[in-house]
Amino acid sequence: MSLLKTTVSAAALAALSAGVAQARDEIRVVGSSTVFPYSQAAAENFANVTGAPSPIVESTGTGGGMKIFCGGIGEAHADLTGASRAMKASEYELCKENGVTDITEVQIGSDGLSIAVSRDSEHDWDMTKTQVYLGLAAEVPIDGEMVANPYMKWSDVDSSLPDEEILAYGPPPTSGTRDAFVELAIVEGCMELPMIADKGEDWAEENCARLRQDGPFVEAGENDNLIVQRLQADANAVGIFGYSFLYENQDTLKAVAIGGVTPSFDTIESGEYGISRPLFFYVKNAHRGVIPNLQEFIEEYTTEDAMGPGGYLSERGMVPLGDEKRAEEQKEAVEAVNMAPKSS
Amino acid sequence: MTDHSATPPSSIASSGSALMKKRNRHQKVLQGLGIAAISFAALMLFILISSLVSTGYKAFYQTHIQLEVFIDPEQISADNLQRGNFDDVLLDSLKVYFPDVEGRANLRKLESILSNGAQFKLRDRVQADPSLIGETVTVNVPVSDDYDQLAKGMVDRDSPANQRKLSDIQIGWFDTLDEAGAITQPINWALLTNADSRFPELAGLKGALVGSFWALLVCFLISFPLGIGAAIYLEEFAPKNKWSDLIEVNINNLAAVPSVVFGLLALAVFIGWFGMPRSAPLVGGMTLALMTMPTIIIATRAALKAVPPSIREAALGVGASKHQVVFGHVLPLAMPGILTGTIIGLAQALGETAPLLLIGMNAFITSAPDSPLDSATALPTQIFIWADSPERGFVSRTSAAILVLLTFLIAMNAIAIYLRSKFERKW
Repeated sequence: MSLLKTTVSAAALAALSAGVAQARDEIRVVGSSTVFPYSQAAAENFANVTGAPSPIVESTGTGGGMKIFCGGIGEAHADLTGASRAMKASEYELCKENGVTDITEVQIGSDGLSIAVSRDSEHDWDMTKTQVYLGLAAEVPIDGEMVANPYMKWSDVDSSLPDEEILAYGPPPTSGTRDAFVELAIVEGCMELPMIADKGEDWAEENCARLRQDGPFVEAGENDNLIVQRLQADANAVGIFGYSFLYENQDTLKAVAIGGVTPSFDTIESGEYGISRPLFFYVKNAHRGVIPNLQEFIEEYTTEDAMGPGGYLSERGMVPLGDEKRAEEQKEAVEAVNMAPKSS
Repeated sequence: MTDHSATPPSSIASSGSALMKKRNRHQKVLQGLGIAAISFAALMLFILISSLVSTGYKAFYQTHIQLEVFIDPEQISADNLQRGNFDDVLLDSLKVYFPDVEGRANLRKLESILSNGAQFKLRDRVQADPSLIGETVTVNVPVSDDYDQLAKGMVDRDSPANQRKLSDIQIGWFDTLDEAGAITQPINWALLTNADSRFPELAGLKGALVGSFWALLVCFLISFPLGIGAAIYLEEFAPKNKWSDLIEVNINNLAAVPSVVFGLLALAVFIGWFGMPRSAPLVGGMTLALMTMPTIIIATRAALKAVPPSIREAALGVGASKHQVVFGHVLPLAMPGILTGTIIGLAQALGETAPLLLIGMNAFITSAPDSPLDSATALPTQIFIWADSPERGFVSRTSAAILVLLTFLIAMNAIAIYLRSKFERKW
């Protein structure tokens, strides 16, 4: 009996795995969790409008996506990857090693990083990047020396800030949001200090970029909803996440202004709001014409309905590019223009 | 003699009763602690279930809008139904209620009352029956999430306008439609019959249910025969020596290995070496089978051990071979215990998330899989995706999906209990 069953199930398995070699007829998208909602929208719309098999979109984070994307050419590897920063030179090298040489880089728009607090907070929060740096970095300069961050209250950093304990919930180091936050807020804030500015950017990146680990900064995991919930529980804790989460939760959260500017679609697009970053996606050009519908999907991904003002990019809380830049990126995407090689 | 037994010396009696009191007190304390522990567990369970139900019940009904739609032959031609202007047709029927609304931006806003899926629902209906072109039909389509939240009382109408996503005008539109009787709130079957979507009002669990079904089927087909085979060999045929002891210790240890380890193994071996497809329930099922097998082996061995030796001896006594004894007598008698163990192992596999995340079964896919090789999600990973989505509608849907998963788990455990009580034999 057991023997019979074993044989039957072995046969069934063999039949199943024989099918593994069959052609893939759906498009695979991986990459940043920030670009994920946009890819979702494009995939769902594409499947609905054309009736093609629905593309499979996986949220792997920018770095994880690059690893899968650069894994090689062929059906086992993803066709597109989204990124909340440009491809690094090391990632381009990895791609090249595995034969992925023809890549189109397309900027789809930008994303503002927001620092937010609960609406229950009584204070009007407004700080400069330097104050953010002084509150959250592991080491800060005091009397010309880099020392472990001594500030426990925002009012210790600057008397104009609220007299509240410093408590910030932010993403873990694996997150593209964290990379962007460190680069755009912490390091730039650090550079604005006259004493650091003299030492140059490399020095600042090396010495200012670590976030404190003595309690006031809490790594809250990749789940941004969790951060939102914690902020609701603690009125004066600040949270760090993509603007789309603030946009979706405007009734319970309010923005911390950076240098007097609150994040909004207008201020992020104009660059007036200081903490914003470009969003990209990368296309494996060797897969065009091989994976069914890929070219059509890229066209859908870059239509005005998707990337343009009022399209689903902005519907999902991201910010479209200006007209000229957008037209250029759309053209490059559709015509499969290869990106310039990156070297370190 | 009688004296002695009737009244024991008083010194012993008094020390005995003090001892008794102490023992009784200890027993009372222990009993109290036990009751406290159970009530604490019950309280936690109650809090968990009630918090799930209180947020989740809202996802079991969905706000719909009923419209009389004229399928305008000028907008929709039979030749190009796939890309017909169904959204404009729907907008025209909405405009009947609001003749004053003008301007592109305002019309877009008005259209946003309807779910994005409404146009496709209408399209599918016309595609199925092209003779509807030129006719007026009644359609019942979901409203978009913001209005669904409004209808369910999740939007505070008194809050300042800049703190909510719907303006006063938009709320006014909805109230007008409601007064006209166009708004209904039927049971949300779409939660079970639709696949995933980025729009909460359209998102459903079909893809996850089918994906979980395929994964469990594969898991069962592998782990059940292999598990029983291994257990029979170890229990009935294997010589008792150092090697079989070593294997036994290893199997017991394997049952306690964290599931994420199996996920990493599957990622490296099944996907990396064997080149099997990512996100496929086949790979998911194979991974879960690795986890379930030790549970089944242990349960099967226990069930085989519970069959009294007299059965074996009697069968051997009338001349049955060892093989006949095991397969003709011992195994059938042990089957209820084996099935119970298997079902509990499968129920555990159904709720397993970590290994499935590692093999990519947390992708966004808007159609249900047709075979175990198509990419799919599973119930727990679908919950994971929804819990991570920013839209408000997914908060209640996450709880609802957890309730669906719990229902399946309870059902499977109930089957296990039923099988045990129905077929179990007392020796």
